[in-house]
Amino acid sequence: MAELSIADALKQALQEEMRRDETVFCLGEDVDIKGGMGGAFTVTKGLLDEFGPERVLNTPIAEILISGVCVGAGMTGMRPVADLQYGDFLFCMMDQLVNQAAKMCYMSGGKVHIPMVMRAPCGATNRGAQHAQSLESYFIHVPGLKVICPSTPYDAKGLMKQAIRDDNPVLVFEHKLLYGGARKEKDAIKIAGEVPEGDYTVEFGKAAVRKEGKDITIVANLLMSYRAQEAAKVLEEEGISCEVIDPRTLVPFDYETVEKSVKKTGKLMIVHEDTYTGGWGAQVSSHFAEHNIYDLDAPIKVVAAYDTPIPFASPMEDFVIPSTERILEAARELAKA
Amino acid sequence: MFKMPEKERAIGMYKKMCEIRQYEETIYYLFLEGIMPGTIHQSHGQEACAVGMIYDLRKEDYILTTHRPAGHDLAKGVSLRSMMCEMFGKAEGCCKGKGGAMHTGDISVGAVTANAIVGGNLPIAAGVALRCKMLKTDNVAVCFFGDGASNEGSFHEALNAAAVWKLPVVYVCENNLYSATTSIKMTCNLENVAADRGLAYGIPSEVVDGNDVLAINEAAERAIERARKGEGPTILELKTYRIGGHSRNDACGYRTEEEEKEWFSRDPIASFRARLLNEGVASEEELQKIEEEIQAQIDAEVEYAQNAPDPEPESALREVYWEGGIA
Repeated sequence: MAELSIADALKQALQEEMRRDETVFCLGEDVDIKGGMGGAFTVTKGLLDEFGPERVLNTPIAEILISGVCVGAGMTGMRPVADLQYGDFLFCMMDQLVNQAAKMCYMSGGKVHIPMVMRAPCGATNRGAQHAQSLESYFIHVPGLKVICPSTPYDAKGLMKQAIRDDNPVLVFEHKLLYGGARKEKDAIKIAGEVPEGDYTVEFGKAAVRKEGKDITIVANLLMSYRAQEAAKVLEEEGISCEVIDPRTLVPFDYETVEKSVKKTGKLMIVHEDTYTGGWGAQVSSHFAEHNIYDLDAPIKVVAAYDTPIPFASPMEDFVIPSTERILEAARELAKA
Repeated sequence: MFKMPEKERAIGMYKKMCEIRQYEETIYYLFLEGIMPGTIHQSHGQEACAVGMIYDLRKEDYILTTHRPAGHDLAKGVSLRSMMCEMFGKAEGCCKGKGGAMHTGDISVGAVTANAIVGGNLPIAAGVALRCKMLKTDNVAVCFFGDGASNEGSFHEALNAAAVWKLPVVYVCENNLYSATTSIKMTCNLENVAADRGLAYGIPSEVVDGNDVLAINEAAERAIERARKGEGPTILELKTYRIGGHSRNDACGYRTEEEEKEWFSRDPIASFRARLLNEGVASEEELQKIEEEIQAQIDAEVEYAQNAPDPEPESALREVYWEGGIA
């Protein structure tokens, strides 16, 4: 078993799926130009050499085109995987994602289906407001789309392979600070994890319990799952035992695993980098308020980015995004409640 | 004047145009009587575009159509019964009642689910054509759009890439002079809104009389041949005219009587019919018989659809995600 970064684990998933199935192909702007980076974050670098320009398609800067090509090729038997460079550009293709990709299966009475994967790097990384957003919540609202957010190398490979094999449109949110690829990012978390060589998949809708605990359930994805685990370590020493759950996929969402945990702890906290209002934490919170209010011993806490665009300057950016300290404070309050 | 083909072919085209006309007229009356639910965007007046373009396509070729899809779908071979059932929102409809008038289609005969977002199908057609190319087939995609769609951003993105990648796609603008109710002259400075833009992308284009099925069919042959041979996309701009309004309740108050009179005098079906008679291809009796048979078939399908079962309300919860079936 090799130690891989998330960037390399994703690349391995793409390579294996492209070898296994000739209908799988990659596309995107700068997806693999000789002398270029291989997408914005090196994931697709080197694919051109192995698979050639017909299956590693460098596109114009044209998001409506990229997404529309995925819809058209997907509905006629291909399995496109698009690299969007920055998730923020998803807004340039909203019609194709929401009106076309998400609805075509339904509108056709189930006759048409669209396998397609949109790889969207996300997260605030000192690039200002238009290369920074965490956008998962926009898409969990759209019936017909699946939304996943791998945070470990093992999950990155297994979930990516599962996404490529899925017969529906899947949005993959990849955090820029978790890639660990050749492109260095300030504040990046160094994660290299064991990734089996060869074929395996990670099922959608199965959360991962990253740390067991008995006092507070913390549900956190992507970068926040690491900050939550860091906070949990500190809290452990203070005598507060946290169970940290990484949902791994938001649509479908594994309510069952969280419910099991909440029944044990009686306290629920959700942490995400997306903004507070209408973030996916609000949905999870609403679900537990509706279905599990009597299992809860205290009000649910949602720790999220403040409702602002992402600012550039580090002191402000660090302030807006939930820090380990903010998670700690919220957990201490919740422990007392 | 374009050459009249041999009889079987000429009659085949005539029949298909009549089927579309009579289908649309029947639906119009059902709608006026309050029997037909929903909204309607009708294609009568534009039958030559659908039939001229689609008549020689193979089943394995694809069409992508718009919110005005009936003519294209019928010409590509979507069954009349499944179309009519869809119009009535029935379980046997081509979309099981989930699509409606603006989303008819049947991928199993190459008719992609119709698209009611103006310009939405243009990049999708590029994707379909890319698939045809990647799998090394010689199949093509024919993408219909209106004059209004030529002002959408998707037009630019799709046509540029189709040219760069030499995709086997024919972009067919049915220029019926109005984008809903707005004259295209108010929103575009070009005489030929799609064809004149071909130069900008390096795509050859032709302007064609959109009411002459034979003229369209010849242009289609050239464009489809180019696509099949891997020489890339073509833009065809078909000048045509709606008989009805943009949608239900549109009385066309923005069109002059003079303009309507001029266009209606060049009705695609009446003029083709006159040629069939004048050139001795068919007799009045033969044509009348054809028209009567089509009407009888449409009436039978209306009756069938009206009596067909409604979908189960709970079936609304299904097929949000794919459940298997036709690939």
